[in-house]
Amino acid sequence: MITLGHYLVLSALVFGLGLYAALSRRNAVAMLMGIELMLNAANINLVAFNKYAAPGAMQGQIFALIVITLAACEAAVGLALILAAYRRFETTYVDDLHLMRW
Amino acid sequence: MTGEAIAFYVLAAITLSAGTVVATSPNLMHSAVALIPALLGITGLYVLLNAEFVAGIQVLIYAGGITVLILFVIMLTEGGTGLHIRQRNEQAAVAAAVAAATAAVLVAVASRTPWAHGAGTLPSYTPGAIGQSFLGPNLPLFEGTSVVLLVALVGALLIARKEIRE
Repeated sequence: MITLGHYLVLSALVFGLGLYAALSRRNAVAMLMGIELMLNAANINLVAFNKYAAPGAMQGQIFALIVITLAACEAAVGLALILAAYRRFETTYVDDLHLMRW
Repeated sequence: MTGEAIAFYVLAAITLSAGTVVATSPNLMHSAVALIPALLGITGLYVLLNAEFVAGIQVLIYAGGITVLILFVIMLTEGGTGLHIRQRNEQAAVAAAVAAATAAVLVAVASRTPWAHGAGTLPSYTPGAIGQSFLGPNLPLFEGTSVVLLVALVGALLIARKEIRE
């Protein structure tokens, strides 16, 4: 019997993987992939709560759809920023982008 | 084990193994391509959770759109695998400790809380219910999201265009 707890544990593990990728990667595109994993972990939670905690309302799935849309926006703007930084500095490695660092 | 349990564990294994490759592979292309099975595993979980519409959108936007965009940007910038250069920063050990601690806290909270079971049942045709909700009580949310999409589109175009130097 699969319960709400199973989905929450899986989503916590996916979130941990995404957090590790976002914190430890040097490449900005790889950091963005970690952020996508974290957003997906949150989405699993939303849809699972929709089914198990409030099946009468559709708010969980609606929130998941909004999060997917905003993730697409974030990816588009983030990748545009990475492209602009690459044109200017010829690198996508975040520790080489130190123009404004003290 | 029931069929649901088998499906859940298979999909969880796919998602976690592909997610591990995304987080740790030294080859950028492998990371980006491993994002596809990770997202498709999560799509399978949505189907298990009776969220067919969310599953379809996940395939269209994540597996089809965002992954291709990420692959494009990798090819446009580094133009390769990134194998010749260090991919992890000096704080990788701290990052692993922080991520493990966060995941451990979340797992502990999720497994110890007695989650209440809500009343009601899921509608038999969820896309219809989602459409009714988006054009009914959630209309401001829907319109706000479309404004955000437009702003992000214009912003991405403006940022990514070539600078004209005179």
